[in-house]
Formats: sequence, C-alpha cells, structure tokens
Amino acid sequence: MNNLNLVLPEIFISISIMFLLVLGVFKKDSSKLIFNISLIVLFITLIITFNETFAINRKTLFNDSVVIDYMSSLMKIITLIATFLVLVISSSYLKTTKIFKIEYPILILSSVLGMLIMISSNDLIVFYMGLELQSLALYVLATFNRDKLKSSEAGLKYFVLSALSSGLLLYGCSLVYGFSGSTNFDIISNQLNSNEYVLTFGIVFILVGLAFKISAVPFHMWAPDVYEGSPTSVTLFFTMVPKIAALTVFIRFLYVPFLNLIDQWQMIIIFLSLASMIFGAIAAIGQTNIKRLIAYSSIGHVGYTLAGLATGTNEGIQSSIIYITIYIVMNLALFSGLLMLRRNNQYHEDIEDLSGLSKNHPLLSISLLIVLFSLAGIPPLAGFFAKFYIFKAVLEESMYFLAIVGLLSTVISAFYYLRIIKIIYFDNQKDQYDNDHSLWLKFTITLSTILVLIYFIFPSQLIDLVSRINII
Amino acid sequence: MTEIGLGHYLTLGAVIFSIGTIGIFLNRKNIIVILMSIELILLAVNINLVSFSIFLGDIAGQVFTLFILTVAAAEAAIGLAIIVVYYRNSGTIRVEEIDKLKG
Repeated sequence: MNNLNLVLPEIFISISIMFLLVLGVFKKDSSKLIFNISLIVLFITLIITFNETFAINRKTLFNDSVVIDYMSSLMKIITLIATFLVLVISSSYLKTTKIFKIEYPILILSSVLGMLIMISSNDLIVFYMGLELQSLALYVLATFNRDKLKSSEAGLKYFVLSALSSGLLLYGCSLVYGFSGSTNFDIISNQLNSNEYVLTFGIVFILVGLAFKISAVPFHMWAPDVYEGSPTSVTLFFTMVPKIAALTVFIRFLYVPFLNLIDQWQMIIIFLSLASMIFGAIAAIGQTNIKRLIAYSSIGHVGYTLAGLATGTNEGIQSSIIYITIYIVMNLALFSGLLMLRRNNQYHEDIEDLSGLSKNHPLLSISLLIVLFSLAGIPPLAGFFAKFYIFKAVLEESMYFLAIVGLLSTVISAFYYLRIIKIIYFDNQKDQYDNDHSLWLKFTITLSTILVLIYFIFPSQLIDLVSRINII
Repeated sequence: MTEIGLGHYLTLGAVIFSIGTIGIFLNRKNIIVILMSIELILLAVNINLVSFSIFLGDIAGQVFTLFILTVAAAEAAIGLAIIVVYYRNSGTIRVEEIDKLKG
C-alpha cells in the first residue's frame, strides 16, 4: 500500500466530485462557481497525473488489479486535456441553451473518473466498474436538455443500446472468467490457450461490447441519433473523450489477455475496421445535419484506428494512438467552429447554415477549411500524417487489402468534406452570425487549427511521445 | 437422476441470456419490457459467474456478481428516470413511436 500516490489523480477527482455535490446542494445559484472549480479540478488532476505517474514504466496496485504504465499515463493526460478544453468551450453554449446547471460539470467529472479507472484497469471487475461509471454519467449527459424531445430521445436510445452492449460484454467476461479461472488480465493471458472454442465466444462477446462503445460498424446504429439529439457540447464530449478510453481498453484487452489468441480476433478486428471505413465514407454523403455528418465521419475514423490495432505490432498500436490524438485535435477545431454558429441566441447546426460563410466570417471559414482538408487527409496537414502512419503499419504486415480499402474510402469521404468547403466558399451568403465569442472558444479554435496546420514541421514530437509504448 | 453439473447451469444462463437479447429486438410495444430484458441479461451473467465461481472454487466470481447487482440497480434507476423524462416530452413510451431522430 505504499504506492497510493499512483492513484492520486483518481482519488483527488472523486473527493472533488463529492465536495462539489455538497457545495452545489447547500449554496444557492452556484452553477458558475462549480463550473470554474471543476475546471480547476481537471487542471490539478492533469498536473498530478503528470507528476506522479508519467515517469513510471510499469507498476501494479491492489493485487494487480490496477496497472500504471506509460500508456495509461499518456492516455489519462490526453483525456484530461481534451475534457478541460471541451468543458471550457461549452460554457457559452450551456448558458445560451439554459442548461448551465451544477450537475453538468459534475457529471462530466464523474464520467472522466470512470474513464481514468477504465484506462488503468488490469482486472475484469475494475474495468467493468469504470465502464459503468462512465456510461451512467453519459446517459444523463445525453438527456441533459430534458425539456427537448430530441435530447430525451437521444438519451433513451443511448441508454438502451449501451446497456445491451454492457450486458453482452459482461456475458463475455463471465465466459472468459470461467475458462481461465481468474479476472486478472495477466493471469488470464497465461491461462488461455486457443483450443477452447467457448473462449472464442467469450472474446467475440467482449469485442462486440467494446465495438458498441467506440461505435464501430455493425454496432454503430446508436451513434448518429445520439450525436444529433444530444446538446452540441455533449456531442463534442461524446465524439472525443470516451473514444480515447475505449481505445485504450481495446488495446489492453487485445494485447494483454488475448494476445495468444491473435489468430481468432484478428479477422474480427479487420472486419470491424473495413466495415467502419466503408460505411463511414458512404453513409455520410447524404446528410444535412452537421452533427449527424460528424457522427458518420467519426465512425469512419474509428475504422482507421482499428486498422492500426489489427496489425498485432507495436507500430500498429502507436499509429492508432497518434491517429486518435490527431483526430481529437481536428474534432475540437470543427466543433469550436460549430459552436460559433450562433445568431439571436439560437445555435445552427445544418450544413445549409454554413452557406456563404466565407463572406461574413473569413477567419472562421479559413480554419474550417484547414480542418476539413485535414479530416479528408490532404497533405501536408495533420490528418494526412495520421492516415499515413496507419497505412505504413498496415503495409508492413502485408495486409494489402485493408490498406487498399482504407485508401478508397478516404477518397470517397473526401467528397463530403469538400462539399462542405464548397458550400462555405461558393454558395449564397446568409445573415451574419454573432461575433461575441468567449476568449476560450477563440483560443481553442486557433490553437487546434494551428496544430493541425504546422504538425508537419514537428512530427517527431508526437512520435517520440508514443514511441515509448511497448505493450507486446 | 442425473447429477446437475456446470453444463446445466451454463445452459440455463445461455437460455436466459438469449431470452433477454431476443426480447430487446423483437419487442415493438413497450420500453419497460426492454428494461426487463436488460435485467434478464444481467441475471444470466450472474448465474454464469456464480456457477463458475462454485465449480472453480474461486471467490472472485461471486464478488463480481455483487458488483453487477449494484450496478444493475443504478442502471435501472437511471433508465427509469430517462423514460419518465421522455414520456413527459412525447406522451408515449411505445417503441415504434420513438423515431424523431433518423436519417
């Protein structure tokens, strides 16, 4: 028990949640105060994570049920930074739509706590508890605009499908536990041998549950509805932060307990990846709502991330992590742009509303242009390098089919990104949007656009960060 | 009389699990039935875990079951709250009428 400082981020964040709940109950009209304290809590957690765990190679706590290694620290830091930025840019949206309540930042903090636990779990029980803590908070967040039919329907759909996926995942966990005799990942990895066909069932169930959580095809059907119906700030959270945690858990499951069974899961991951890439590219073409379009595009991006995982090499894992990081930066810029489309206290979220944006808002249009080009994968922007690393890792393992389909779906998906650019620059202009955006919103869109733009000058920074990840 | 072994319990678990899963997909009437189906799935998992735990002589499965029971209760509470919110906005909880979001 000497290593409790390694879980200090989790301890700190849970104590803060309880403190904020009590504060919110006893102090009247404290939503602004709690919002600011939550930001400070996230920031302090970030510093603690950086100080306490970043230099550690690999340590386990609580009878090996929690693991602190370089990958978990890195993913926790990415999660915390992303959450901080998401929370800070959503304040004006929350105020305008009148959902600026004390529960909002507290729910975000609880789901982040769940994700931190998921990221460093090394045991089926700990993993499940983290997953449920994250999901329960996310159900409420999706329903947060509770007087709107769309938001409550999004929450309802997310609840039903996510609970079903948790059930499938648990059934898989029970089978894996039964046939390995332990819930610990390391022991499972030693006990498993590929002769048991029931184990394959267990692995399939677990993978189906995880694929639900990161919305990979064919388990994506909740994503477009939930993304469209939830408040935009929650959609922003959904598209970025839970995906980091789910990806980390995916890596841990595939490469710690199930590493010896790679022949059995590799085809499943390749199928998920191919289906997500193709579906994400084709289904987004006919969309008219930007949030729905982003949902389909995120399904496509998840496909590329899974392609890196399918390789079974360290390079593949590293390229997946780079991909998800760059995807988060691009998404942050895109959503900051979306949160700027406000006119008369009304937020606009149809693609038609972007029409002729370049005449009234040249700077916003430039950054949207850069981000959309980057999402389409056009060099020399960051999105191109993200895809490049994935294809490099895939080709090194001679998986030519996966790489070819990936390239083709990149070409198809370029169509709908370029269509938005055409609408922004060449269609008839509409009324001007409000210009009084918060400083943080301007800061975030500038920062993320610049990062996307100049990534090619300093690519080695990010590569150095992930190159220390050696799972296998 | 045949001895009741692990296989029987696992079959029971698998049957209950299938009933739960099929219940979610075939049910077109009422959202409450979906909640009941989710509970059935979790119960099937619990039966599996407890029987594995007994036959392996390992206590971790039973601990896992207690955690799942707790989480299932929390999940049902949040699910019912969301259903109430939805009912207040739309006036119906019929599954086939939950179709405002599509495209």
